[in-house]
Amino acid sequence: MKVELEADKCVASGQCVVAAMEVFDQDDDGIAILLTDEVGPELVDGVQEAAAVCPAAAIRLVRP
Amino acid sequence: MADTLAGAAHGGADTVPEFPMPRAARCPFDPPPALKELQEKGPLTKVRLWDGSEPWLVTRYAEQRQLLGDPRVSADTDRPGYPTKASPEAGEGKLSFIMMDDPEHARLRRMVTAPFAIRRIEALRPAVQRIVDGLIDDMLAGPAPVDLVEAFALPLPSLVICELLGVPYDDHEVFQGNTKTMVHRDATPEQRGAASREIAAYLAALVGKRLADPRDDLLSSIAERITAGEIDHREATEMALLMLVAGHETTANMIALGTAALLQHPDQLALLRESDDPKFVASAVDELLRYLNITHLGRRRAVTEDIEIAGQVIKAGEGVIMVNEIANRDPEVFEDPDRLDLTRDARRHIAFSFGVHQCLGQPLARMELQVVYGTLYRRIPTLRLACALEDVKFKHDAFIYGVHELPVTW
Ligand code: SF4
Repeated sequence: MKVELEADKCVASGQCVVAAMEVFDQDDDGIAILLTDEVGPELVDGVQEAAAVCPAAAIRLVRP
Repeated sequence: MADTLAGAAHGGADTVPEFPMPRAARCPFDPPPALKELQEKGPLTKVRLWDGSEPWLVTRYAEQRQLLGDPRVSADTDRPGYPTKASPEAGEGKLSFIMMDDPEHARLRRMVTAPFAIRRIEALRPAVQRIVDGLIDDMLAGPAPVDLVEAFALPLPSLVICELLGVPYDDHEVFQGNTKTMVHRDATPEQRGAASREIAAYLAALVGKRLADPRDDLLSSIAERITAGEIDHREATEMALLMLVAGHETTANMIALGTAALLQHPDQLALLRESDDPKFVASAVDELLRYLNITHLGRRRAVTEDIEIAGQVIKAGEGVIMVNEIANRDPEVFEDPDRLDLTRDARRHIAFSFGVHQCLGQPLARMELQVVYGTLYRRIPTLRLACALEDVKFKHDAFIYGVHELPVTW
């Protein structure tokens, strides 16, 4: 499954990193970056959690 | 005129309830019963504030999240309809970017986000653990009973935010006393104004010092933005003030109020005392944040364009109040919401709000609370109240809910 991140919406809360460290990181200003945009089934829960808690609604999980 | 509008929507101006509502004396941890009744009736309702104005009160989780994430909902206190007046910032200028909208808000906020990145916060964890252990050592070495607020709950976040900002903790009298006045609901606008001016003057001088002689702290990086011509000295001071004030009362009250609540729920307290699983502690912290909601008076906003929501139209120029305390007890989202259950998944709570204004310090607050809740009860397993719960003075009179004092012994 694909992960999409709209970084210009990001408010640097870091909640995606807490939810899925394997998928998200933050740059020097705290703005989220994707470590990978393709995730296997084992990471889907974490990404879904990230999408749900992201205050800026900047994360989307796209099913193929 | 406001009465006619509200009357049309609700079948009589007399039915508009006053906000805020009192809590039931018997349960200081639950939201006011009247608030829960409103939530049962529907997601939106008009309420009357002390000044006679009638903003919308949003009582349910889904609608709160939707509105807090909507760019037509403004945090600018100067907008028509903004439900204001009885507020810590009343009578004063804006408390930096939390009272601005994008793009200005985002521009200023991004200047101070770096130290709150998860990895940077995690790097602070050992230092926070040392501070927590040191404060507990001091408590155990001293006489009991002791006031947990004074001995532990307030010094911890204060020491940490001072360290992060580069404010000498030795000056804590200046900012702790004044912060207390700024968040006191019964303080007059003049008193709040004077308190915030006093801290601001102190911080302005400190920013000046860091301008001349930068160090490795947040004040210096804010001062750098002045040098770069991105902000002026006044904006820098406001930003520093926001960081300092926001870091104080909030975490302190979560620690003390959380302890009071846990002591009333010994089975839940035992779970924390017996667990050494950081994942469980992190999730327990979220449940405590959900259950307690120290920002009990909600987030206030002004609506800038008509918004249709939950079968209602909120008109441009009307105010909205989103009380997270009641959203986090929404049975649609949290099963059996009035039960404190440290084993539940409460991660989606909005204790830190939602949308672009969500608390910037939340990673720091979460980490501090994880260290505290994971340490305090393990190190003092016999910790208990030194008075009856009925005698604990709760902060019904403050913008940030909590306890004035928490006498404990062990
Ligand atoms: S959770 Fe959302 S706002 Fe927070 S860092 Fe991640 S993308 Fe940015």
